[in-house]
Amino acid sequence: MDLSLIIMQLFSGIALGAVLVITALGLTIVFGMLGVVNFAHGALFMIGAYAGLYLASLTGSFWWGLVLAPVLVGAFGMLIERVLVRRLYGRSIDDPLLLTFGLSYILVEGVRIVFGSDGIPFPTPSQLVGVVDLGVGFFPKYRLFVIALVAVVLLLLWLMLEKTRVGLIVRAGARDPQIMRVLGVDIGKVWLAIFGLGVGLAALGGVLAGPMRSVNPEMGTLVLAEAFVVTVIGGLGSIVGAVVAGLMVGVCISMVALFAPEMATIVMFALMAAVLLVRPQGLFGLKGRA
Amino acid sequence: MPGFETTSRRAGLSRRKALLAMSAGAAALAMPRLGRAADDGIRIGFPTPLTGPFAAEARDQVKCAELAVKLVNDKGGIAGRKVELLVRDDKLNAGEAATRTLELIEKDKVHAVVGALSSAVQLAVNEVTRARGVIYVSISQSDTINEVKDFSKYTFHEALNPHMTTAAVARQTLKKGMKVAHLVADYAYGHEMLRGFKRAQASIGAESVGEILHPFGAADYSTFMPRLMSMRPDVLCISNFGRDQANAIKQAVDFGIKQQMKIVVPVILHNQRLAVGPDVFEGVVGGANYYWGLETQNKTAAEFNKEFRAANGGAIPTDYGAYGYSGVGSLLQAMQVAGGTDTDKVIAALEGLQYDLTKGPQHYRKCDHQSVQSVLVLESKKKSAMANDNDLFAIVASDPGAEEMLRSCSELGHAT
Repeated sequence: MDLSLIIMQLFSGIALGAVLVITALGLTIVFGMLGVVNFAHGALFMIGAYAGLYLASLTGSFWWGLVLAPVLVGAFGMLIERVLVRRLYGRSIDDPLLLTFGLSYILVEGVRIVFGSDGIPFPTPSQLVGVVDLGVGFFPKYRLFVIALVAVVLLLLWLMLEKTRVGLIVRAGARDPQIMRVLGVDIGKVWLAIFGLGVGLAALGGVLAGPMRSVNPEMGTLVLAEAFVVTVIGGLGSIVGAVVAGLMVGVCISMVALFAPEMATIVMFALMAAVLLVRPQGLFGLKGRA
Repeated sequence: MPGFETTSRRAGLSRRKALLAMSAGAAALAMPRLGRAADDGIRIGFPTPLTGPFAAEARDQVKCAELAVKLVNDKGGIAGRKVELLVRDDKLNAGEAATRTLELIEKDKVHAVVGALSSAVQLAVNEVTRARGVIYVSISQSDTINEVKDFSKYTFHEALNPHMTTAAVARQTLKKGMKVAHLVADYAYGHEMLRGFKRAQASIGAESVGEILHPFGAADYSTFMPRLMSMRPDVLCISNFGRDQANAIKQAVDFGIKQQMKIVVPVILHNQRLAVGPDVFEGVVGGANYYWGLETQNKTAAEFNKEFRAANGGAIPTDYGAYGYSGVGSLLQAMQVAGGTDTDKVIAALEGLQYDLTKGPQHYRKCDHQSVQSVLVLESKKKSAMANDNDLFAIVASDPGAEEMLRSCSELGHAT
């Protein structure tokens, strides 16, 4: 097998992994901090793609869609937290799961009613149309951009969580919300922001995926499953885990596609099964969690 | 129905399922009265994947099937009996389709079944109808349904089949000595299209340089592109359906594949072309059973478009939609001839029927019940060449229907 082909395959894998990382990240942050398994995550990914498309056509620029959609959908996420999810804190983990599961149906049907159930074209931004010569082969500019953007978002997220006071509160809140309350921190506000962040990341994933896939009401279903697999492999609640597992799954899919293409979807689940057998808490998960 | 309890417990969380079960129970209670009231009507079951990646095509099928029923009812029905279409969502799942079909037959007492969109699902429907002795008119592409293993006297196939479609497309796009690569969905439809293309390739003298099977319903195709490009083919045949087609072509174009090779598909889909836009599809060539633009050269098409526009606020019928119309329409014509719903009489009428509903004369070949019909080959237009939003394709060829297009009865295993 040609070496340049393997390098190309590696690039496709990383680009694929980048979108997986972004979507899994939102899911894992919300679970890690709030203990909420958000089944509406895939639907919110889809809402993000539609919002991005709508805002892009409204403003005439993809870039506005890319910036505004995650913010607006994130704000919508905060509304969901305040009005719906908040009432279920402290109850069994099934309750918010059921709630968000139902919510995902409502969101998908809502989009079907407003935009129709056919797909809508989401054109690649004109600056990123075309391919780049990597020396070993041609690779779409847009996918390289996705890799770079995801790297930047990860860096910002890391800086926020590790280097700022807000990050400190968030991390402490995940450990022991009770003590935080005693110390006079309004933990409710922190949870609100975290839920919004998680949903915003889902929406960002949706906008980024839009130009690579067609935008349709069911586009989140598969993504939800993929995001769960990545989160489970990485360890529920672990941010580093989501990043490592996302890239790992992307590269695995890509490499398997080279040798046994019909297995490309299954490999993700096989990987999950293997990891669960050896480390039931996931690669970076804490014991006793999940 | 013993299955209900276990499924709802396993799903555990689905309130929707519980509601569904309850309403099904309520419907069963109300059944006796409803059943009697509807006794003199003619009921046609219509399973189709209203949810899932083929939803766009499925909804067009339903609209067209409803139109066929409406036109018959407007003229007084069949022997004074009104026709009713019972649409069911098969969710693109063979098991679901089999259950819904069984329900249609047992509970709703349908007189015949038309429908299914996926090649794998239609075989499941056919299993049920064949076992119950109910006529089934399939409107999904398939070769095997006409082969002796899956065939029965109750089985009719109104749609094109992969053999006819790929032969027509290959004739327009392949030349002797060309190198061809294949990207194929890994299920019945893809396998049959691949088989068809390879047979056509061999007779033309083109050469296969590789084939990649991809999982059905995949959202990302980027991982297949570097290898396809490294095969350096002149033509890339992408044999998949619905959103898979849209995603695969879009991502191939992102990788710059169109600069290197021509993209060819067995069936070019109206709705998918709409879903990804003209730039992505520009220059892609594929087969079709129907295209509305046929109206300029075909009187039947013009008439069908007119009826559809009148019933659907000016919209135009699409390829898979037209199957809904011709599938139900041909069955109802045969019922007219038979004077009712007696199964054997309707089968005899279908076998002798000459019908012309959407695009010119068609008939069911007696040995395998495959509809002999014309095949269109279309090329997607570039944006600047489109006269209006619906002006998607140029008609490259329209091969009139002939039995020579089909594999022979003896090749399929039928007595001749």
